[in-house]
Amino acid sequence: MKLKTDEGGWNPYFAGALLGLLAIISVFATTKLMGKTNYLGASTTFVRAAGILEKTVAAAHVGSNEYFTKTKVVVDWQFMLVIGIVLGSFISSILDKSFQLESVPPTWKRRFGPSINKRAVGAIAGGIIAMIGARLADGCPSGHGLSGMMQLSASSFVALVMFFAVGALVARIVYGRIS
Amino acid sequence: MNTDQWLGLVTGVLFGFLLQKGRVLRFEKQIGALLLKDMTIVKFMLSTILVGMVGILLLSSFEIITLSHKPMNLGAVLIGGAFFGAGWAIMGFCPGTSLGALGEGRWHALFAIIGMVAGAALYAELYPFFKTTVLAWKDFGKIGLQEALGVPLWVIVPCFWAGTISLFLWIERKGL
Repeated sequence: MKLKTDEGGWNPYFAGALLGLLAIISVFATTKLMGKTNYLGASTTFVRAAGILEKTVAAAHVGSNEYFTKTKVVVDWQFMLVIGIVLGSFISSILDKSFQLESVPPTWKRRFGPSINKRAVGAIAGGIIAMIGARLADGCPSGHGLSGMMQLSASSFVALVMFFAVGALVARIVYGRIS
Repeated sequence: MNTDQWLGLVTGVLFGFLLQKGRVLRFEKQIGALLLKDMTIVKFMLSTILVGMVGILLLSSFEIITLSHKPMNLGAVLIGGAFFGAGWAIMGFCPGTSLGALGEGRWHALFAIIGMVAGAALYAELYPFFKTTVLAWKDFGKIGLQEALGVPLWVIVPCFWAGTISLFLWIERKGL
């Protein structure tokens, strides 16, 4: 087994195991420093970001919305975690020279052509559907897939099976014709 | 920034660094996994779970940390999970990886991020509807697999490890 992949990355088993260690250190650190155990996650931050943006044009509406009130529109631990992901990925990709500006992913291009507009419509539509799903299921591949599975949450097993099963089905329909 | 925010930022930088090093952020990797052609993200996620599970369950058994199960609200998890899977396959990113992909220069991830923020805003408007329908159907509460199955943790964890390692061996034999 190789420690480096052909693409210059780290062996995924090794990098994944290190993230497992980070997850353990993180629950310990949040418990000690914040007085409450926090688990890695990402999708709730999109609700807070939506609330912050909506507040600039319709503050009263956000204030009276039950879901925004329940979620609390604040820049909290997870919000900064999500911003940190952008920074960490940037640092890593600059260090190993894998940073690359890309406007349309190669797989998408082979199936739908080089149009940026088409890609934008697909990504925005997919994003809307996915986020409604993530909020209903109460988690994404981070919150359910990693944090929930680590705790052996019953709901996370069901969620992860649905993510992959329906994802595989739709991916076959959308991209299946490319080899 | 307060302590919470600094802690989140530092953890996030390390999180993003490892995601990028594992090469799991790319559109190609996500769609490759869903088309069952490239199992990089499956190897990565399951390795994280195997390691994290042992530490987190031990810390919680010594009452150093508290577990935080998400509710087993069956209709919501099934329907929400299906919606998420469909959207994930179309955009080729999940919430965490979209931000990471942006960091490594795949700027088209911005479209996915815009879509997800819009989806979150839409969900906030639809919440009263979901609350009286899907979310009200059947909630089994915040339960772990041990309660759902009636099997103790010290049986589940070794079985989970054995099953996952077998899957890894199969993936490597197939060269995926």
